[in-house]
Amino acid sequence: MGFDHGTLVWFSKSFGLFYLIGLSLLVVAYAYWPSNKKQFDRVAESIIRDEDKPWR
Amino acid sequence: MIGQLTIGERQFALVMLLALAVIGFAIAVAGRDDLLGGHGALVILVALAGIFAVIHGYYLPAPSEQRFERYYDDPTKVGIIVAMGWAVFGLFVGDWVAWLLVYPELTFDAGWSSFGRIRPVHTTSVIFGFGGNALIATSLYVLQRTSRARLPDQLSPWFVLFGYNLFCLLAVTGYMMGITQSKEYAEPEWYADIWLVIVWVVYFSIYLRTLARRKEPHIYVANWYYMAFILVVAILHIVNNLAVPVSLGHAKSYSSFSGVQDAMTQWWYGHNAVAFFLTAGFLGMMYYYLPKRANRPIFSYRLSIISFWGITFFYMWAGSHHLHYTALPHWVQTLGMTFSVMLLVPSWASAANALLTLNGAWDKVREDATLRFMMVAAVFYGLSTFEGSFMAIRSVNSLSHYTDWTVGHVHAGTLGWVAMITFGAIYASVPWLWKRESMYSARLVEVHFWLAVAGTIVYVFAMWNSGIIQGLMWRTYSESGTLAYSFVDSLVAMRPYYIARAVGGLLFLIGAVVGCYNIWMTIRTAPRTAGEAVSAKPDSVLVGTPALQPGE
Repeated sequence: MGFDHGTLVWFSKSFGLFYLIGLSLLVVAYAYWPSNKKQFDRVAESIIRDEDKPWR
Repeated sequence: MIGQLTIGERQFALVMLLALAVIGFAIAVAGRDDLLGGHGALVILVALAGIFAVIHGYYLPAPSEQRFERYYDDPTKVGIIVAMGWAVFGLFVGDWVAWLLVYPELTFDAGWSSFGRIRPVHTTSVIFGFGGNALIATSLYVLQRTSRARLPDQLSPWFVLFGYNLFCLLAVTGYMMGITQSKEYAEPEWYADIWLVIVWVVYFSIYLRTLARRKEPHIYVANWYYMAFILVVAILHIVNNLAVPVSLGHAKSYSSFSGVQDAMTQWWYGHNAVAFFLTAGFLGMMYYYLPKRANRPIFSYRLSIISFWGITFFYMWAGSHHLHYTALPHWVQTLGMTFSVMLLVPSWASAANALLTLNGAWDKVREDATLRFMMVAAVFYGLSTFEGSFMAIRSVNSLSHYTDWTVGHVHAGTLGWVAMITFGAIYASVPWLWKRESMYSARLVEVHFWLAVAGTIVYVFAMWNSGIIQGLMWRTYSESGTLAYSFVDSLVAMRPYYIARAVGGLLFLIGAVVGCYNIWMTIRTAPRTAGEAVSAKPDSVLVGTPALQPGE
């Protein structure tokens, strides 16, 4: 099958490294995307104001 | 409680409870020659109690449409009370175990009270009983507020809460009978594990269904943490508990893994239980309750997102640091060590985010013990994540592993971080939930705070001393190249620290008892406002009988 210990080690040391770096870049891009800032600020602020009933 | 269920939900509850009773009966019959039979009987009793409760309230009027005007908080209320009950029980057993190490005769010559059985009773009660119920209770509260939507139905939250506590009950009673699969923090056997999977899937579905109905377009970061907690704990639990029972009438099962694969799976589970049960879930709690209580938005929302993904990516790989110097391949150990060190970055980002949120509100921290609970929790979170990264380094681990230093580290995390943030969140939510101005006594919150801090510090310092002395004694050689101390020598040297640790634990326990009294008095004594007394009528469940209200 070729799906032995060596294959797994190769996979985790190659793809395993790069997909984590790729995901990290995506997350940082999302967090620092300029147009997202307004929404983040609004949400962080909005939990402080709490009408204590669902919006309908 | 039953009065809040729609008629359809009452019928469905009856069907489910009947099914549970039948399953309990089948387990009792199949396991009649085994310890399993006792658990079958326990399940029958629980199901019957539930059936009687549903029948008792079956003909109450159906809840009105007005319920959609409010959040559904009764499961949260019950969850908080149950969590405090587990806290006192679990801390009591923990302190008993601590004294047992000082006075070995405290088992009273019984099998069920031996160290190997009551130690998992302690860990399960505090982690899953106290921590788990607190997470379920607060997550349902936070989910509704941040989504601006009511829970999707009235039955599933009760199923999750009671089902989860049935799991805890099976676990704890099982250990005392001698049922265990001897995997740390995953001791319950296959039938209890299957039950927890069902409960957990329903829990996750409540989250998804509520989020699907949300009115706030953005999902607040606390919910990301709570969802990571639910989802990852499900994955960990299922994989680590893959096992084949001896037979359907037998409590004992054999793991699908063996040897070092078993060890690696167990510590992948074990460390991620710390990461996603004891960290991600409680960070969710922190990201809601701390800004709310301090009345200031979180210092950096961006940072909270980055640390969320950092924690989620890195923790998954850290488990192998539990297996330094074992048969595990060296590169896997190094991988675990490296990721553990990198974890310091997102961990300290979260701790700093919390503390910087308080910048400008330090006067509130000084005056408000509830907020101070959360502040100290963030400090201990920063401390114990630093310590954890440090202890994961192979050469440090050669000194610390198998010693009391590990025990001290775990308790800095659980007492200092997990329990403190939980007490803070509970003291914040109890007045909000029961519509009171404040807690019954701010002074008692203060007393609890100082007992908890003193208890944690005494405990952690005792174990640091004890662990380092132990580690050094075990590696000291005489001139002739033999070990300088026997194991018993090191044990004798531990005794004063064991006494100090038990005293610290006792302080923490007394604090929790004070907290229970304060919460109970808050629920019982403060008068309800007139408007609420009318609107809450079909809903009121736990506010106690109105006859007990003062001034009536």
